[in-house]
Amino acid sequence: MSPRRVAIRNHSAEANLFARRTFIAFAVVVLVLLLLFANLYTLQVESFEKYQTRSNSNRIKLLPVAPNRGLIYDRNGVLLADNKPVYSLEVIAEDVGDIKTSIEQVSQLLNISADRQNKFFKSMKRKRRFKPVELHSRLSDQQVALFSVNQHKYPGIFVNARLKRYYPFSDLTTHNLGYVARINRKDANKLEQAGKAENYAATYGIGKLGIEKYYEDMLHGTIGHQEVEVNNQGRVIRTLNYTPPVPGKDLTLTLDIELQMIAKRALSGKRGAIVAMDPRTGGILAMYSNPSYDGNLFVHGISTKNYKKLLESKDLPLINRSVQSGYPPASTVKPFLALTGLEENVITPTTEVNDPGWYQLNGLPNKYRDWLPWGHGKVNLTKAIEQSCNIYFYDLAFKLGITKISDMMEKFGFGDYTGLDIHEENKGIMPSVAWKRARYNKSWYTGETLSVGIGQSFWTVTPLQLTQALTTLVNRGERKIPHLLKAKSELIIESSGNAYHQITPIEYEPRAPLKLRNEKNWDTVLNAMHNTVQKFGATAHKPFKGSTYDASGKTGSAQVARRKQGEKYDAKSTSENKRDNAMFIAFAPFEKPEIVIAVAIENVAKGGGATNAAPVARQIMDQYFGDRVITSQLSKIKAKSPTVIAKTSQEAD
Amino acid sequence: MRSTGQDQQKIHNIWQRLHIDVPLLLGLLTLLALGLFLVYSAGGQETAVVYRKARSIGVALVGMFIVAQIPPLVYRKWAVPVFVLGLLMLVGVLLFGHVGKGAQRWLDLGFIKFQPSEIMKLIVPIMIAWFVSQENLPVKISTVILAFILVLLPTLLIAKQPDLGTSLLIASSGIFVIFLAGASWRLIGVCLGLASAFVPILWMFLMKPYQKQRVMTFLNPEQDPLGSGYHIIQSKIAIGSGGINGKGWLQGTQSQLEFLPERHTDFIFSVFSEEFGLIGVAALLAVYLFVVMRGLWIAVNAQHAFTKLLAGSLTLTFFVYVFVNIGMVSGLLPVVGVPLPLVSYGGTSMVTLMLGFGMLMAISTHRRFHV
Repeated sequence: MSPRRVAIRNHSAEANLFARRTFIAFAVVVLVLLLLFANLYTLQVESFEKYQTRSNSNRIKLLPVAPNRGLIYDRNGVLLADNKPVYSLEVIAEDVGDIKTSIEQVSQLLNISADRQNKFFKSMKRKRRFKPVELHSRLSDQQVALFSVNQHKYPGIFVNARLKRYYPFSDLTTHNLGYVARINRKDANKLEQAGKAENYAATYGIGKLGIEKYYEDMLHGTIGHQEVEVNNQGRVIRTLNYTPPVPGKDLTLTLDIELQMIAKRALSGKRGAIVAMDPRTGGILAMYSNPSYDGNLFVHGISTKNYKKLLESKDLPLINRSVQSGYPPASTVKPFLALTGLEENVITPTTEVNDPGWYQLNGLPNKYRDWLPWGHGKVNLTKAIEQSCNIYFYDLAFKLGITKISDMMEKFGFGDYTGLDIHEENKGIMPSVAWKRARYNKSWYTGETLSVGIGQSFWTVTPLQLTQALTTLVNRGERKIPHLLKAKSELIIESSGNAYHQITPIEYEPRAPLKLRNEKNWDTVLNAMHNTVQKFGATAHKPFKGSTYDASGKTGSAQVARRKQGEKYDAKSTSENKRDNAMFIAFAPFEKPEIVIAVAIENVAKGGGATNAAPVARQIMDQYFGDRVITSQLSKIKAKSPTVIAKTSQEAD
Repeated sequence: MRSTGQDQQKIHNIWQRLHIDVPLLLGLLTLLALGLFLVYSAGGQETAVVYRKARSIGVALVGMFIVAQIPPLVYRKWAVPVFVLGLLMLVGVLLFGHVGKGAQRWLDLGFIKFQPSEIMKLIVPIMIAWFVSQENLPVKISTVILAFILVLLPTLLIAKQPDLGTSLLIASSGIFVIFLAGASWRLIGVCLGLASAFVPILWMFLMKPYQKQRVMTFLNPEQDPLGSGYHIIQSKIAIGSGGINGKGWLQGTQSQLEFLPERHTDFIFSVFSEEFGLIGVAALLAVYLFVVMRGLWIAVNAQHAFTKLLAGSLTLTFFVYVFVNIGMVSGLLPVVGVPLPLVSYGGTSMVTLMLGFGMLMAISTHRRFHV
């Protein structure tokens, strides 16, 4: 074993050498240990806070929790916009073994179209593997049940419930409420710019139209947060802290869903719009545009086919005619013109004009015809309104001139936004010299002034503008801001645990009143409108025969297509879209009016405002003044929805 | 130094008869027991992991006991043939070895699979201690050079697998023998110079890309915090967030929520530091220091140059484990796959270590056998 020759060993010298070396090694060991300890001391004591923070930010994540959107009620507490759970099928790719096969099997089980599957695979590529991706956005109850039974076979695929907007009255309220739909890129950018993106981190949809859009901030609420502990996979282990979201405010509208129903029924089969307003407040009682469409379609993302159908429909259901369509007001504006004449002293209540059936400007060949071929004979202001005599108003317009007319009409709000609390509004056209110059770069012709005198020419108004103007008229100059929002309600949770809804009625500052030089002029015009309905033989007498309330009004039949000089109008031989529009404005009761209405019906087959539009207004008023036609139907709806808020909001009014 | 007379008086001592060094055993048992608790915490609080660890502890203790019964003479007798056999097995690994975790470390002999590199951890110090103790100490330069070559052969073969951690430990064990054998300081200086000159060569020609990446990551872990820097960053967060008192056993968020990788193996020290804080760290370092002190005490008191060198080398190599592992998880050293000795989960390296301690016990208790 020891083949080499070994010198005599000096054992103690060797032991000493070894002991020395061992001691050096030991010293190094101690030094190294001190170095290790010093480094750990730095980490654990000096940098403790830094690493504690990093450790916490590793494990603690804030998950946003979407607030519940505020509900919307009508003036009587009937629920118009609800939040309902919708079930979607979602997939976390990471947790699914064989994604292709699983998706195929589940799709077969639940009958999910290839289209949806393709969409899923596309969006899956864009998302991280541990984030859920939607395979189906709206499962039926049957599909939910079917999947639940088979869920164990498909780990990583699950049903998720989300609250989504639901409009129980569907098309009846769409034009007023608008709808909520998925936040698209444009919305997201806007939210980002407004600094609201964080508040929407967990929110699915945003108000796109109508009340839903206008009061988005109130309805949305404030985001809540769930502070959770997660593991390295991002999986939630437990909840550490929970800041509940603040739900959006519930809104109570001035709308009366019963009137809304009547309006829809009265307009069925017609294109047109109704606006009914409370002249005492400016609150909209009913606003309906026919045809309408179901806003619920948009909540879930409307299919291309359905959207195309709405877009391409000749009846233009997407247009909210109450506020977006500019109609020639025709004879409905005669009371306003008469008032202008009185105020400008170009006529008095007794001024008479002879109506031979036509009107001719000095030195011009054109004859402006009355609707009654043989004329009304001698006509004063009252009779001119009762009979809607065109000749009287040609003469009046000629005497006033376009500038005085448009100045006064602008004071009634024509040609401008009313300020209604929805964004979709058309301001119509109140023509003037300056307007024509700006619009067509042409000078104004006197003949056009005459047409303006009977509410034609370039003049267009929205039904809402008509109600607004009529409100100012019946209020004798007191102007109201038209609005849909009556009150907002907020859930207050006291520290004691008591929770209640705090109702705040919305105050609308009145606009500066319209002052006349002679206050009696109001009465002259209003009396004439009263006669128009109440006096036998007047234009709107027949439609209101037998009504129990004291209505007043004014009819109108608007010419839509230009007619040649002397051409006779015959509805039957005129193509549908060139037929006359029927217009009507009304208020009741005559003393202390509670409701003003404007009705516009497009392209009527026979007759004018009196035969087509006035009966519609009458149905609304009948309902309003007590002949509650569909109350029984409504009681069912009321029973389903809690009316706590409604009661208090009535008190608040 | 105590005289042999005193030792002979202790023959009656039951522990002496069993060839067990009690202080060393207590130190080792402390570390092994701590390992059980930590593996439970780091292994997702599963008793199965603890059971497996306990089983390998049992195997290791039995192995240690058996080795302790063998007189150190026997190792010396078999040093050369076993060393040659070991080298052949390492070559075998490179030629026919099994690939695991991207490296060839296992040799499959049909009836048993094992890592020859583990056995080399014991064979190399025995071989070098035998080699240098052939002549009088201090060693001559020619002997040192030959010894270096003997160390280099297994080191390079293992580095080629590649298993940087083990080759480092094996190289150290050889170098420690040479150092303890009294290699001249001038020679040590020259070697250190050569070694540092060798670093660029190592970097450019010998290191694999993943090994270079480890070094880069060590120098700046934050440059790729979710990739290569993830391990070390999470480890430092675990250690640092433990603070002075620690988060408490089973309460470490970095480990319990699985932010920390390789928790029950290489990074178990991070789990310990997170849950027991600086106080626990100080206590653990003290236990390691105690074991090293006892090992060196045995070495100094050994009767023959061979046993002195072997005991000293085994002890110091054990400390290299401690230093490399703690240094790596706390960001002082690049990530090299070295477990925390006796505490980390993983039976193979623990059994090897315990066999080494069995040799130490043999050296400590077989002193009456003079050579």
